[in-house]
Amino acid sequence: MWRYLVPVSIFAVLAAFFYRGLSLNPGYVPSPLLGKPAPEFELPRLKDPAATMGSRDLDGQVALLNVWATWCVGCRQEHGFLVDLAESGGIPIYGLNWKDDRQTALNWLTDLGDPYVASAFDELGEVAIDWGVYGAPETFLLARDGTVLHKHIAPLDEEIWARDFLPRIAEQCGSLPCPLETGE
Amino acid sequence: MIPEFGHFALILALGLALIQASVPLLGAAGQRADLMALARPMAVGQFVFVAAAFVVLAHAFYVDDFSVRYVALNSNTALPTPYKIAAVWGSHEGSLLLWILILAGWTLGVASASRGLPETFAARVLGILGLVSVGMLLFTLLTSNPFDRVFPPPVDGNDLNPLLQDPGLVIHPPMLYMGYVGLSVPFAFSVAALMTGRLSSAWARWTRPWTVGAWVFLTVGIALGSWWAYYELGWGGWWFWDPVENASFMPWLAATALIHSLAVTERRGIFKSWTLLLAIAAFTLSLLGTFLVRSGILVSVHAFASDPARGLFILLLLSAISGGALLLYAVRARRFRDEGGFRPISRESFLLINNVLLIAATAVVLLGTLYPLFSDALGFGKPSVGPPYFNIAFLIPMLPLAALVGMGMHAYWQKMSASVLLRRLRVPAGAALVLGVALPWLLFGGAGLMTTVGVIAGCWLVLSSLLDPIVRAVRNRSAPRPLPRAQWGMILAHLGVGVFILGVTVVSSYSIETDAAAVPGDRREVGGYEFIFRGTRDVQGPNYQAVEGEFEVRRDGRLVTVLAPQKRIYRVQQSPMTETAIDAGWRRDLLVALGDPLGDGAWSLRVQYRPLIRFIWLGALIMAVGGLVALSDPRYRQERVRRTVPGKTPRTAEVG
Repeated sequence: MWRYLVPVSIFAVLAAFFYRGLSLNPGYVPSPLLGKPAPEFELPRLKDPAATMGSRDLDGQVALLNVWATWCVGCRQEHGFLVDLAESGGIPIYGLNWKDDRQTALNWLTDLGDPYVASAFDELGEVAIDWGVYGAPETFLLARDGTVLHKHIAPLDEEIWARDFLPRIAEQCGSLPCPLETGE
Repeated sequence: MIPEFGHFALILALGLALIQASVPLLGAAGQRADLMALARPMAVGQFVFVAAAFVVLAHAFYVDDFSVRYVALNSNTALPTPYKIAAVWGSHEGSLLLWILILAGWTLGVASASRGLPETFAARVLGILGLVSVGMLLFTLLTSNPFDRVFPPPVDGNDLNPLLQDPGLVIHPPMLYMGYVGLSVPFAFSVAALMTGRLSSAWARWTRPWTVGAWVFLTVGIALGSWWAYYELGWGGWWFWDPVENASFMPWLAATALIHSLAVTERRGIFKSWTLLLAIAAFTLSLLGTFLVRSGILVSVHAFASDPARGLFILLLLSAISGGALLLYAVRARRFRDEGGFRPISRESFLLINNVLLIAATAVVLLGTLYPLFSDALGFGKPSVGPPYFNIAFLIPMLPLAALVGMGMHAYWQKMSASVLLRRLRVPAGAALVLGVALPWLLFGGAGLMTTVGVIAGCWLVLSSLLDPIVRAVRNRSAPRPLPRAQWGMILAHLGVGVFILGVTVVSSYSIETDAAAVPGDRREVGGYEFIFRGTRDVQGPNYQAVEGEFEVRRDGRLVTVLAPQKRIYRVQQSPMTETAIDAGWRRDLLVALGDPLGDGAWSLRVQYRPLIRFIWLGALIMAVGGLVALSDPRYRQERVRRTVPGKTPRTAEVG
């Protein structure tokens, strides 16, 4: 009778889903900010506590916001790539120095090179919470109008850059470097 | 050299398991007594070799043999010795070995208690358990060998995950696994019955004690896990509907349904094919839990480090074992004809509804647990399903179940008039209504609708469970005929459910949680208690450093207790851990946890008041005791002496 086949059929469907699930990564959570305006912020600059850095600095350019900290091993790993990227002059990189010690962070930039146009100093991690940062390094790609185009969690490298970032940048401005927005 | 002996012992165990899984089954098919007789010695030998492998691994932990990769990854010279032993099952490979050891133990139990079973049947049961064992041993040896060496050996180990360095975690996994794996026994009984094509009430009577035994362990294991999560994770919650918790809860629900349907199959010779299916489902859900935890397919705080190759292997194993059994079921189930029927108002009806509701609850949990996977696989995004879904969806089958349990207990088999049943239950029902409405107001000064419903349900279960013993004690003072142990077991188990419901209702309705920043000297009132922050000091543990806060708790000015929560940093893994300080009591728990330092001696704090939370675990404990009392009923032992053949035994007269 067909009804005795029901249990094994349900099981077969479940097993098919499990098989599919093995090749999915459940830990990957897309940022809810994607396609939305990035949260406004204003913080003291790392190098000059008297000056501030914030959304206004990023306005009007296709730019990266890189969340980093000296206690973060992955940040050290990607740092060389960021320095190279900055030297190629294609895209301005802004830093968000997260829950860090100011002096240690300044030493790090002196020792390893400073790829950042400027770094904001988020000592208590308050801005990072607005941005949904839950680990470093994280890198946000921002459009001219401040929209979040992409978020990458984990260290950046050539391969990821070419795969996830370049095509999105190309959509925005053809080729690097992106021209600044004009007509203000 | 010693670790290699462990590896070798596992290979030998696999050899014996292969024989156990093949020869007795062939013997049963061809009615060859000599081949069937091999089952028991193989089960004994397998247990000896698996136990040897386990001892070898424990020894490697005990002597800090960091040349064994698994030891290096999960232990450390500074780790206290009890945790070194518990670290054996602290991660994937070792916990799998524990799983196999426990399977070998249950198999040994079946082998030694199976003398009363027909030889063919015993050979099939042991053969099927052997098949499961072959699968798990292959899994260990091919993908997860705990005896792998690392060269050069590290000077010191990576330490056990600090979350697991806790007495609760020492006994929680073995208990849980005893339950999970114990369900392999009713599974094997069910598959053997499907192979035989016959099923008698004697079959149900054999299967019941094993099912109840596994269920008791599962109940205790889940309760321990919940208790551990409560005090160790420091969030004050006791159940999070985490996929791994759900993975242990689903087999429990299915096993609970199975216990009830076995009762019907034993007494009345009906629900046969349903009982067989439930036995398969309960163990399938156990294996599913193993798969979910170890494959990395779901996001969970408990998940083991995952590896897709392992995931694929367990999936194949699951498909072979459960898929095979369900296929056999599809072919054979129609042979099992029910003997007779029953009226709408009867014990059978109530147990049928019980089963439907328990399986609906299982489906609710299964759907919520797997929904993120379904959605992701179909490309609909990655939703997360949490307590808002589970808390509501789970109540839908559970509330009617709570109402019906109290009635079902007092219904007669076959038929009963509704008016008799209602007359019996008038008093407890009325009392539950009055208490349910009055108690929350008297004790807590108010109640919402759901709180009232919950307290009524809890009181109803407690009172209706205790009805029979109370009535007997009152009416029949001159030496009443004692209730059978099996019935006492049922009374206690249902009483436990009532106590549990009361605990859950009160905790979720009247808990107070506050987060605050405080500097030494600050006072704060929570739930009628005054918490005074006296300051913090540094503390050194064996393998961690900690900041310890000191809190005086006063009520009406009198000192109740001093609480000392800690914020620990474990040296090797550098992971911070929050040790919540708890003042436990039957009426309420008080909890204080340190959050983050805010500078200048100030700390963020979490202070909680949780009334009746102990009732949750007390309820589970009473349920487990009920199971044990039922197990001690002499009729399960008498049956072993009488030699019976399934299908040919006339149903024996029942007591009670």
